[in-house]
Amino acid sequence: MKKGTIVTIAALVLIIFFAGATVFYQQQQASKAETVARHNAALLERDGVPTKGNPDAKVTIVEFFDPACETCKAFHPYVQQLMNENPGKIRLVMRYAPLHPGSDYVVSLLEAAKQQGKFWETLEATYAAQSVWASHGNPQPKKLWMQLGRVGLNLKKTQDLMQSPEVVNNVKQDIADGQKVGASKTPTFFVNGKPLVRFGYEQLRSLVEAEVQSAY
Amino acid sequence: MGNTSNTSSPETGLLDWRLIFACWLLAAVSMLGSLFFSEIMGLQPCVLCWYQRIAMYPLVVILLVGMFPLDLRVVRYALPLALIGWGIGVYHYLVFSGYIPESLRPCDEGGVSCSEINLELFGFITIPMMSILAFTAIIVMLVFVKKRNRP
Repeated sequence: MKKGTIVTIAALVLIIFFAGATVFYQQQQASKAETVARHNAALLERDGVPTKGNPDAKVTIVEFFDPACETCKAFHPYVQQLMNENPGKIRLVMRYAPLHPGSDYVVSLLEAAKQQGKFWETLEATYAAQSVWASHGNPQPKKLWMQLGRVGLNLKKTQDLMQSPEVVNNVKQDIADGQKVGASKTPTFFVNGKPLVRFGYEQLRSLVEAEVQSAY
Repeated sequence: MGNTSNTSSPETGLLDWRLIFACWLLAAVSMLGSLFFSEIMGLQPCVLCWYQRIAMYPLVVILLVGMFPLDLRVVRYALPLALIGWGIGVYHYLVFSGYIPESLRPCDEGGVSCSEINLELFGFITIPMMSILAFTAIIVMLVFVKKRNRP
């Protein structure tokens, strides 16, 4: 055999082996993640967590998010778009997963805003101002207050609520649930309890669409 | 190696080529394997792992170029990389085996600790051990090629 042929074959074998191992590993991880999620289905949603969309929708997206995470911000309008494309069929549940330094403060602010019925407006404003308060090297979550003018939160009330046991416990609950269901990165999505195994816009879209198809 | 010894007789040249090909295979397997660990399995490489990668990945390119056509000077260029990688691999092994005290560990800040064992195949084969084995085999074969072509 020619030397060139030998090397080409060797390279092809290596690449095919790599690709095969990748597929095998990912399938294994996917079934493992599904088992974990199935065992912990009850932890994905709790009473009182922020939700959006038709309460009777048959498809539920649970998103564990960190307000300081750029990818969460980027996915936010995309999830909204998926909901708009399937009106009334999708419900969105948000769970806190404050992984970045400074996020814990902002998450309790969001939870305090939720108690005043202003979670979604505050979340939009928080994402919009992300570059102001959430620099990863030097997060300054208190700067967020200046960016919330249009939301119309009562400043004093919100600050009091942030210290309240209910807010503190709800945040703790989300963090504990997130750890149990394997939400170690943000955003982590579950669609009707099924984890999004391979991360990406298109993967999320196809998972959501598959669930919509089978439910309606 | 003299001016004319870069092309040896066809038969001995074939052995040289095969040895360099074997080195290339090892380097390619190491590269893909390490990429599998980090990109597919999501194990974050620590600083020392990165240094070993810096020595290993270029070998895949250099050795391949030296094989078409066979150019034995490739040994001169590949060997220092392999030796550096081997040295870092041994250092890494000593760090996580605990032979090098904690204060000398270079990579505890922020990133991934080099002394943490992330993966054990069959219960005892660790990633730095595989790295040392690969570098050792490459060095042995390259030195053999160098020796047998010395005029």
